[in-house]
Amino acid sequence: MEKQDISKLERQFQEKIDNEIKIEPKDWMPDAYRETLIRQISQHAHSEIVGQLPEGNWVTRAPNLRRKAVLLAKIQDEAGHGLYLYSAVETLGADREETIDDLHSGKAKYSSIFNYPSLTWADMGMIGWLVDGAAIMNQVPLCRCSYGPYARAMVRVCKEESFHQRQGFEIVTKLAQGTPEQKEMAQESLNRWWWPALMMFGPSDKDSKHTAQSMAWKIKRHTNDELRQMFVDVTVPQAELIGLKVPDNDLKFNEETGHYDFGEINWDEFWQVVKGYGPCNKERVEARKKAKEEGMWIREAANAYAEKRANRKKAS
Amino acid sequence: MSKKEWPLWEVFIRSKQGLSHKHAGSLRAADAEMAIENARDVYTRRSEGISIWVVESEHVSASSPSEAGPLFEPANSKAYRHPTFYEVPDGIKHM
Repeated sequence: MEKQDISKLERQFQEKIDNEIKIEPKDWMPDAYRETLIRQISQHAHSEIVGQLPEGNWVTRAPNLRRKAVLLAKIQDEAGHGLYLYSAVETLGADREETIDDLHSGKAKYSSIFNYPSLTWADMGMIGWLVDGAAIMNQVPLCRCSYGPYARAMVRVCKEESFHQRQGFEIVTKLAQGTPEQKEMAQESLNRWWWPALMMFGPSDKDSKHTAQSMAWKIKRHTNDELRQMFVDVTVPQAELIGLKVPDNDLKFNEETGHYDFGEINWDEFWQVVKGYGPCNKERVEARKKAKEEGMWIREAANAYAEKRANRKKAS
Repeated sequence: MSKKEWPLWEVFIRSKQGLSHKHAGSLRAADAEMAIENARDVYTRRSEGISIWVVESEHVSASSPSEAGPLFEPANSKAYRHPTFYEVPDGIKHM
């Protein structure tokens, strides 16, 4: 295509975005927009799938049948979220298996939060309350993302996440109101998860290389720091209400701004985990690879069964 | 043993009697029956449906967005197809 034609198409594309007209799979879009979405949606999908692992760790040790049924339902939802998102990636012309192989080779990232271990039952509560809470903060604006299939997937995901957050908060509340040992377990878990949860919003705005372009394309609606502030503002009063202490000595409500001021995030830790040196990075990717390799026979068996069924239909 | 990938299916769900099936999303499955079973698990975990249609994505024919202008143009000049095009005198009822 001529350069002139492309710049005209790009102008028309940006006009649509500016007028809040959604982009659909067959519409013309700049290569960089497509690549950004493939990267973001596939990493989002990987996060949902890898996110099942820390929770799967506790299914057999859930304290009672109700908690176990709820945990299983939540984990099944995470698998579903991954599937909606892999389908959305496919609408952009990406090959589903290739995006999954990129996760296994380490080329594609996923949310760093899942590289932390789930050591106690309280962590199941903390993941629902804080991790899913932070995810909701991120995902609600994505329901208005300029790319139609991603926005539609997010609407479904957000409806389901709200159950995840509430069941987590219920677990934490029960522990916080329990015996001194239970309360201590909840506090210890909050101490470990608070800062990684704040890191989920990504690097600070001044270090975020993708933010400006993603906002111009209306893939993102808020910057990382804006979302992080929103999360702190809603979560701190929740912790106070159930008698837990947020592990940040600099945390203080600022009457002037109407927001909480909070301490500096340990960005060295953040980048270490992103680069693959978190406590569980290796274990998580190994588990995913093993699932694909050892589950391959299921795909083959399904194909064989489909073939057999088709032949039987032909014969009758 | 065949290594072929499961084909892609488009999923349509009827949420209740009286409503039409609506596109819900897509998924991969080895054949139509398994696509329906997978669609049950992926798209109706919260009783969102009472009936599922699946169709292999490659069998869907679609109009092209770049030709949407000329394709839909004939309707643009025919405002008289809408009831609001006509003036009805004051006092006229049941129309």
